[in-house]
Amino acid sequence: MFRIDFNKLRFLVCDDNPHMRRILRTLLHSFGAREVYESEDGATALEMYTHYVPDIVITDWSMPIFDGLELSQMIRQPESKGNPYAPIIMLTGHSEKRRVTVARDAGVTEFLAKPISAKGLYQRILNVVANPRPFIKTKTYFGPDRRRNTTTAYIGPERRVGGEMEVMQQPSLLDKARTPI
Amino acid sequence: MAKEKPAALQIETFADHHVITQPNPLRKVLRRVAEKDLDDPVARAEKALADLSGEFKNWMMIESDRLAAAHAAVLKDGFTDDTCEELFRAAHDIKGDAATFGFPSAAAAADSLCRIIEHAPDLGKVPAQLIAHHINAIQAIVRERTRLDTVSTANELSRQLRGIADEYLTHANRNRPEHLEAILAPSIVPTE
Repeated sequence: MFRIDFNKLRFLVCDDNPHMRRILRTLLHSFGAREVYESEDGATALEMYTHYVPDIVITDWSMPIFDGLELSQMIRQPESKGNPYAPIIMLTGHSEKRRVTVARDAGVTEFLAKPISAKGLYQRILNVVANPRPFIKTKTYFGPDRRRNTTTAYIGPERRVGGEMEVMQQPSLLDKARTPI
Repeated sequence: MAKEKPAALQIETFADHHVITQPNPLRKVLRRVAEKDLDDPVARAEKALADLSGEFKNWMMIESDRLAAAHAAVLKDGFTDDTCEELFRAAHDIKGDAATFGFPSAAAAADSLCRIIEHAPDLGKVPAQLIAHHINAIQAIVRERTRLDTVSTANELSRQLRGIADEYLTHANRNRPEHLEAILAPSIVPTE
Protein backbone atom coordinates (compact mmCIF):
# COMPACT_ATOMS: atom_id res chain seq x y z
CA MET A 1 0.00 0.00 0.00
CA PHE A 2 1.25 3.46 -0.89
CA ARG A 3 0.81 6.80 0.79
CA ILE A 4 1.63 10.23 -0.52
CA ASP A 5 3.90 12.62 1.32
CA PHE A 6 1.65 15.59 0.77
CA ASN A 7 4.03 17.88 2.59
CA LYS A 8 6.40 17.56 -0.36
CA LEU A 9 3.78 18.59 -2.91
CA ARG A 10 2.88 22.08 -4.07
CA PHE A 11 -0.72 22.66 -5.17
CA LEU A 12 -2.39 25.40 -7.16
CA VAL A 13 -6.14 25.61 -6.59
CA CYS A 14 -8.24 27.72 -8.94
CA ASP A 15 -11.93 28.31 -8.23
CA ASP A 16 -13.93 31.52 -8.30
CA ASN A 17 -16.13 30.36 -5.43
CA PRO A 18 -14.55 31.22 -2.05
CA HIS A 19 -16.48 28.46 -0.26
CA MET A 20 -15.19 25.79 -2.62
CA ARG A 21 -11.65 27.13 -2.25
CA ARG A 22 -12.03 26.85 1.52
CA ILE A 23 -13.24 23.25 1.18
CA LEU A 24 -10.34 22.34 -1.09
CA ARG A 25 -7.82 24.04 1.17
CA THR A 26 -9.23 22.20 4.17
CA LEU A 27 -9.03 18.85 2.41
CA LEU A 28 -5.51 19.38 1.10
CA HIS A 29 -4.18 20.60 4.44
CA SER A 30 -5.83 17.62 6.14
CA PHE A 31 -4.09 15.28 3.70
CA GLY A 32 -0.85 16.87 4.87
CA ALA A 33 -0.17 19.50 2.19
CA ARG A 34 1.59 22.64 3.34
CA GLU A 35 1.91 24.56 0.11
CA VAL A 36 -1.50 25.37 -1.34
CA TYR A 37 -1.73 28.46 -3.55
CA GLU A 38 -5.13 29.81 -4.52
CA SER A 39 -6.53 31.94 -7.30
CA GLU A 40 -10.06 32.95 -8.16
CA ASP A 41 -9.74 33.21 -11.93
CA GLY A 42 -7.84 31.59 -14.76
CA ALA A 43 -5.64 34.60 -15.57
CA THR A 44 -4.30 34.87 -12.02
CA ALA A 45 -3.90 31.10 -11.89
CA LEU A 46 -1.72 31.19 -15.00
CA GLU A 47 0.52 33.84 -13.45
CA MET A 48 0.77 31.81 -10.25
CA TYR A 49 1.48 28.68 -12.24
CA THR A 50 4.50 30.33 -13.82
CA HIS A 51 5.65 31.88 -10.57
CA TYR A 52 5.16 29.04 -8.09
CA VAL A 53 5.63 26.05 -10.44
CA PRO A 54 3.09 23.80 -8.67
CA ASP A 55 3.29 20.01 -8.85
CA ILE A 56 -0.48 19.59 -9.26
CA VAL A 57 -3.18 21.99 -10.48
CA ILE A 58 -6.77 21.64 -9.31
CA THR A 59 -9.13 23.86 -11.26
CA ASP A 60 -12.81 24.59 -11.60
CA TRP A 61 -14.25 24.83 -15.12
CA SER A 62 -16.55 27.87 -15.01
CA MET A 63 -14.66 30.99 -13.97
CA PRO A 64 -14.46 34.64 -14.98
CA ILE A 65 -11.77 36.19 -17.23
CA PHE A 66 -10.79 32.84 -18.63
CA ASP A 67 -12.03 29.52 -17.48
CA GLY A 68 -10.47 26.26 -16.36
CA LEU A 69 -10.56 24.85 -19.85
CA GLU A 70 -8.61 27.78 -21.26
CA LEU A 71 -6.23 27.59 -18.31
CA SER A 72 -5.54 23.94 -19.15
CA GLN A 73 -4.95 24.78 -22.81
CA MET A 74 -2.51 27.54 -21.86
CA ILE A 75 -0.58 25.27 -19.51
CA ARG A 76 -0.38 22.58 -22.19
CA GLN A 77 1.78 24.59 -24.55
CA PRO A 78 4.71 22.33 -25.46
CA GLU A 79 6.99 25.23 -26.36
CA SER A 80 6.21 27.31 -23.28
CA LYS A 81 8.87 28.27 -20.74
CA GLY A 82 6.80 26.84 -17.91
CA ASN A 83 6.16 23.19 -17.19
CA PRO A 84 3.54 21.90 -19.67
CA TYR A 85 3.42 18.45 -18.05
CA ALA A 86 1.93 19.19 -14.62
CA PRO A 87 -1.11 17.06 -13.78
CA ILE A 88 -4.37 19.01 -14.03
CA ILE A 89 -7.39 17.83 -12.07
CA MET A 90 -10.60 19.45 -13.26
CA LEU A 91 -13.17 19.71 -10.51
CA THR A 92 -16.48 20.89 -11.87
CA GLY A 93 -20.23 21.05 -11.43
CA HIS A 94 -20.71 20.24 -15.11
CA SER A 95 -22.32 16.86 -15.34
CA GLU A 96 -22.64 15.98 -19.01
CA LYS A 97 -20.63 13.32 -20.78
CA ARG A 98 -19.58 15.68 -23.58
CA ARG A 99 -17.90 17.89 -20.97
CA VAL A 100 -15.58 15.05 -20.02
CA THR A 101 -14.57 14.71 -23.66
CA VAL A 102 -13.98 18.44 -24.05
CA ALA A 103 -11.87 18.52 -20.86
CA ARG A 104 -9.88 15.50 -22.01
CA ASP A 105 -9.17 17.17 -25.35
CA ALA A 106 -7.91 20.28 -23.54
CA GLY A 107 -5.24 18.19 -21.83
CA VAL A 108 -6.91 17.66 -18.46
CA THR A 109 -5.40 14.70 -16.60
CA GLU A 110 -8.28 13.81 -14.28
CA PHE A 111 -11.93 14.89 -14.10
CA LEU A 112 -13.84 15.02 -10.84
CA ALA A 113 -17.55 15.86 -10.93
CA LYS A 114 -18.90 17.76 -7.93
CA PRO A 115 -20.05 17.18 -5.24
CA ILE A 116 -16.53 16.84 -3.95
CA SER A 117 -15.51 14.30 -1.33
CA ALA A 118 -12.28 13.62 0.51
CA LYS A 119 -12.08 10.14 -0.98
CA GLY A 120 -12.71 11.27 -4.56
CA LEU A 121 -10.08 14.00 -4.39
CA TYR A 122 -7.52 11.73 -2.71
CA GLN A 123 -8.00 9.05 -5.37
CA ARG A 124 -7.47 11.52 -8.21
CA ILE A 125 -4.29 12.88 -6.59
CA LEU A 126 -2.98 9.37 -5.90
CA ASN A 127 -3.61 8.45 -9.51
CA VAL A 128 -1.73 11.40 -11.01
CA VAL A 129 1.17 10.81 -8.62
CA ALA A 130 1.40 7.03 -8.95
CA ASN A 131 0.23 6.44 -12.53
CA PRO A 132 1.35 9.27 -14.78
CA ARG A 133 0.53 8.69 -18.44
CA PRO A 134 2.88 9.48 -21.31
CA PHE A 135 2.17 12.66 -23.21
CA ILE A 136 1.06 12.68 -26.83
CA LYS A 137 1.93 15.47 -29.21
CA THR A 138 0.12 15.76 -32.53
CA LYS A 139 -0.69 18.71 -34.78
CA THR A 140 -3.84 19.37 -32.82
CA TYR A 141 -3.22 17.94 -29.34
CA PHE A 142 -0.65 18.07 -26.60
CA GLY A 143 -1.45 16.39 -23.32
CA PRO A 144 -1.69 13.12 -21.43
CA ASP A 145 -2.45 10.04 -23.52
CA ARG A 146 -6.22 10.04 -23.95
CA ARG A 147 -6.36 6.29 -24.50
CA ARG A 148 -6.89 4.45 -21.27
CA ASN A 149 -8.80 1.37 -22.36
CA THR A 150 -7.58 -1.79 -23.99
CA THR A 151 -10.02 -3.04 -26.57
CA THR A 152 -9.72 -5.71 -29.20
CA ALA A 153 -13.16 -4.90 -30.58
CA TYR A 154 -12.25 -1.54 -32.12
CA ILE A 155 -13.21 -1.54 -35.79
CA GLY A 156 -12.87 2.15 -36.72
CA PRO A 157 -10.03 3.79 -38.62
CA GLU A 158 -6.62 3.95 -36.95
CA ARG A 159 -6.29 7.63 -36.15
CA ARG A 160 -2.70 7.26 -35.14
CA VAL A 161 -0.43 5.61 -37.68
CA GLY A 162 3.20 4.67 -37.95
CA GLY A 163 3.83 2.38 -35.03
CA GLU A 164 2.55 0.26 -32.27
CA MET A 165 0.83 2.25 -29.55
CA GLU A 166 1.42 2.08 -25.90
CA VAL A 167 -1.88 1.15 -24.28
CA MET A 168 -2.63 1.99 -20.69
CA GLN A 169 -4.71 -0.36 -18.56
CA GLN A 170 -6.72 2.27 -16.77
CA PRO A 171 -10.39 3.11 -16.43
CA SER A 172 -11.69 5.79 -18.75
CA LEU A 173 -11.97 9.40 -17.63
CA LEU A 174 -15.75 9.10 -17.85
CA ASP A 175 -15.84 5.98 -15.70
CA LYS A 176 -13.65 7.69 -13.14
CA ALA A 177 -15.79 10.81 -13.16
CA ARG A 178 -18.75 8.57 -12.38
CA THR A 179 -16.97 6.77 -9.56
CA PRO A 180 -19.00 7.22 -6.36
CA ILE A 181 -17.17 9.65 -4.13
CA MET B 1 9.31 19.22 -4.70
CA ALA B 2 8.66 21.63 -7.56
CA LYS B 3 12.13 23.15 -7.18
CA GLU B 4 13.87 20.02 -8.46
CA LYS B 5 15.39 19.97 -11.92
CA PRO B 6 13.04 18.34 -14.46
CA ALA B 7 14.09 14.86 -15.53
CA ALA B 8 15.04 14.10 -19.13
CA LEU B 9 12.24 13.31 -21.54
CA GLN B 10 12.11 10.21 -23.66
CA ILE B 11 10.51 10.98 -27.01
CA GLU B 12 9.36 8.33 -29.48
CA THR B 13 8.54 9.73 -32.90
CA PHE B 14 5.87 8.21 -35.11
CA ALA B 15 4.46 9.30 -38.47
CA ASP B 16 1.99 11.83 -37.14
CA HIS B 17 2.64 12.06 -33.43
CA HIS B 18 5.19 11.86 -30.67
CA VAL B 19 4.92 9.85 -27.48
CA ILE B 20 6.71 11.72 -24.71
CA THR B 21 7.54 9.89 -21.52
CA GLN B 22 8.86 11.79 -18.57
CA PRO B 23 10.44 9.92 -15.64
CA ASN B 24 7.79 10.40 -12.95
CA PRO B 25 8.77 13.64 -11.21
CA LEU B 26 6.39 12.91 -8.34
CA ARG B 27 7.64 9.40 -7.63
CA LYS B 28 9.62 10.61 -4.63
CA VAL B 29 6.49 11.63 -2.74
CA LEU B 30 5.19 8.06 -2.77
CA ARG B 31 6.12 5.83 0.13
CA ARG B 32 5.15 2.27 0.83
CA VAL B 33 3.41 1.68 4.15
CA ALA B 34 2.24 -1.43 5.92
CA GLU B 35 -1.32 -2.58 5.25
CA LYS B 36 -2.04 -2.02 8.93
CA ASP B 37 -0.89 1.59 8.78
CA LEU B 38 -3.33 3.46 10.98
CA ASP B 39 -2.84 6.86 9.41
CA ASP B 40 -5.84 7.47 7.16
CA PRO B 41 -5.61 10.80 5.32
CA VAL B 42 -9.13 10.45 3.92
CA ALA B 43 -10.64 9.94 7.37
CA ARG B 44 -8.61 12.89 8.62
CA ALA B 45 -9.95 15.08 5.81
CA GLU B 46 -13.52 13.92 6.39
CA LYS B 47 -13.21 14.89 10.02
CA ALA B 48 -11.85 18.30 9.03
CA LEU B 49 -14.85 18.74 6.70
CA ALA B 50 -17.19 17.74 9.52
CA ASP B 51 -15.52 20.32 11.75
CA LEU B 52 -16.15 22.91 9.06
CA SER B 53 -19.79 21.94 8.60
CA GLY B 54 -21.01 24.46 11.17
CA GLU B 55 -20.43 27.11 8.50
CA PHE B 56 -22.26 25.34 5.69
CA LYS B 57 -25.73 26.71 6.42
CA ASN B 58 -24.39 30.26 6.37
CA TRP B 59 -22.52 29.61 3.13
CA MET B 60 -25.67 28.24 1.53
CA MET B 61 -27.59 31.33 2.61
CA ILE B 62 -24.97 33.48 0.87
CA GLU B 63 -25.18 31.36 -2.30
CA SER B 64 -28.97 31.44 -2.20
CA ASP B 65 -29.04 35.24 -1.78
CA ARG B 66 -26.66 35.58 -4.72
CA LEU B 67 -29.03 33.51 -6.85
CA ALA B 68 -32.01 35.62 -5.79
CA ALA B 69 -30.08 38.80 -6.66
CA ALA B 70 -29.18 37.41 -10.07
CA HIS B 71 -32.84 36.58 -10.68
CA ALA B 72 -33.88 40.08 -9.59
CA ALA B 73 -31.46 41.50 -12.16
CA VAL B 74 -33.06 39.34 -14.86
CA LEU B 75 -36.51 40.56 -13.88
CA LYS B 76 -35.30 44.16 -13.99
CA ASP B 77 -33.12 44.13 -17.13
CA GLY B 78 -34.24 41.01 -18.99
CA PHE B 79 -31.95 38.25 -20.26
CA THR B 80 -28.83 40.16 -21.30
CA ASP B 81 -25.45 38.43 -21.65
CA ASP B 82 -24.43 39.70 -18.20
CA THR B 83 -27.64 38.88 -16.31
CA CYS B 84 -27.87 35.49 -17.94
CA GLU B 85 -24.26 34.63 -17.13
CA GLU B 86 -24.58 35.67 -13.50
CA LEU B 87 -27.81 33.68 -13.09
CA PHE B 88 -26.10 30.64 -14.58
CA ARG B 89 -22.98 31.05 -12.43
CA ALA B 90 -25.01 31.41 -9.25
CA ALA B 91 -27.10 28.33 -10.06
CA HIS B 92 -24.05 26.38 -11.22
CA ASP B 93 -22.20 27.09 -7.96
CA ILE B 94 -25.17 25.84 -5.93
CA LYS B 95 -25.40 22.77 -8.13
CA GLY B 96 -21.75 21.99 -7.37
CA ASP B 97 -21.57 23.01 -3.72
CA ALA B 98 -24.93 22.34 -2.15
CA ALA B 99 -24.63 18.56 -1.79
CA THR B 100 -21.26 18.97 -0.06
CA PHE B 101 -22.90 21.48 2.27
CA GLY B 102 -25.72 19.05 3.13
CA PHE B 103 -28.37 20.42 0.77
CA PRO B 104 -28.65 17.81 -2.01
CA SER B 105 -32.20 18.86 -2.94
CA ALA B 106 -31.03 22.43 -3.53
CA ALA B 107 -28.26 21.03 -5.75
CA ALA B 108 -30.85 19.07 -7.76
CA ALA B 109 -33.10 22.12 -8.22
CA ALA B 110 -30.09 24.23 -9.23
CA ASP B 111 -29.04 21.55 -11.73
CA SER B 112 -32.51 21.74 -13.26
CA LEU B 113 -32.24 25.54 -13.51
CA CYS B 114 -28.80 25.27 -15.13
CA ARG B 115 -30.23 22.91 -17.74
CA ILE B 116 -32.96 25.42 -18.59
CA ILE B 117 -30.45 28.26 -18.99
CA GLU B 118 -28.09 26.11 -21.01
CA HIS B 119 -30.54 24.39 -23.32
CA ALA B 120 -33.59 26.66 -23.76
CA PRO B 121 -33.53 27.91 -27.39
CA ASP B 122 -34.74 31.35 -26.28
CA LEU B 123 -34.63 32.25 -22.59
CA GLY B 124 -37.07 35.08 -23.21
CA LYS B 125 -39.71 32.51 -24.13
CA VAL B 126 -39.21 30.30 -21.06
CA PRO B 127 -42.27 30.70 -18.82
CA ALA B 128 -41.18 33.19 -16.15
CA GLN B 129 -42.87 31.07 -13.49
CA LEU B 130 -40.72 28.05 -14.33
CA ILE B 131 -37.56 29.98 -13.48
CA ALA B 132 -39.17 31.72 -10.49
CA HIS B 133 -40.30 28.38 -9.03
CA HIS B 134 -36.73 27.07 -9.19
CA ILE B 135 -35.37 30.15 -7.41
CA ASN B 136 -38.11 30.03 -4.76
CA ALA B 137 -37.63 26.31 -4.22
CA ILE B 138 -33.88 26.66 -3.67
CA GLN B 139 -34.41 29.51 -1.23
CA ALA B 140 -37.07 27.56 0.67
CA ILE B 141 -34.93 24.41 0.84
CA VAL B 142 -32.01 26.38 2.26
CA ARG B 143 -34.19 28.33 4.68
CA GLU B 144 -36.10 25.33 6.03
CA ARG B 145 -33.25 22.80 6.06
CA THR B 146 -33.01 22.70 9.85
CA ARG B 147 -36.48 21.18 10.11
CA LEU B 148 -36.19 17.42 9.66
CA ASP B 149 -39.71 17.03 8.25
CA THR B 150 -38.84 19.23 5.27
CA VAL B 151 -36.24 16.87 3.79
CA SER B 152 -38.68 14.59 1.95
CA THR B 153 -40.72 17.61 0.81
CA ALA B 154 -37.54 19.19 -0.56
CA ASN B 155 -36.68 16.00 -2.45
CA GLU B 156 -40.15 15.82 -3.95
CA LEU B 157 -40.11 19.50 -4.86
CA SER B 158 -36.80 19.16 -6.70
CA ARG B 159 -37.96 16.00 -8.45
CA GLN B 160 -41.14 17.64 -9.71
CA LEU B 161 -39.32 20.79 -10.86
CA ARG B 162 -36.86 18.66 -12.81
CA GLY B 163 -39.74 16.76 -14.42
CA ILE B 164 -41.49 19.94 -15.54
CA ALA B 165 -38.23 21.51 -16.74
CA ASP B 166 -37.29 18.38 -18.72
CA GLU B 167 -40.73 18.26 -20.30
CA TYR B 168 -40.36 21.89 -21.40
CA LEU B 169 -36.80 21.41 -22.68
CA THR B 170 -37.63 18.23 -24.56
CA HIS B 171 -40.47 19.97 -26.34
CA ALA B 172 -38.56 23.21 -26.98
CA ASN B 173 -35.58 21.31 -28.41
CA ARG B 174 -37.54 18.83 -30.50
CA ASN B 175 -35.83 20.15 -33.65
CA ARG B 176 -32.37 20.55 -32.06
CA PRO B 177 -30.95 17.03 -31.82
CA GLU B 178 -27.64 18.00 -30.24
CA HIS B 179 -29.41 19.68 -27.32
CA LEU B 180 -31.97 16.90 -27.08
CA GLU B 181 -29.17 14.36 -26.79
CA ALA B 182 -27.52 16.36 -23.98
CA ILE B 183 -30.84 16.78 -22.16
CA LEU B 184 -31.68 13.08 -22.28
CA ALA B 185 -28.15 11.79 -21.56
CA PRO B 186 -27.54 10.39 -18.09
CA SER B 187 -25.68 12.63 -15.66
CA ILE B 188 -22.08 11.73 -14.81
CA VAL B 189 -22.52 12.99 -11.27
CA PRO B 190 -21.77 10.07 -8.95
CA THR B 191 -24.68 8.62 -7.05
CA GLU B 192 -24.31 7.31 -3.54
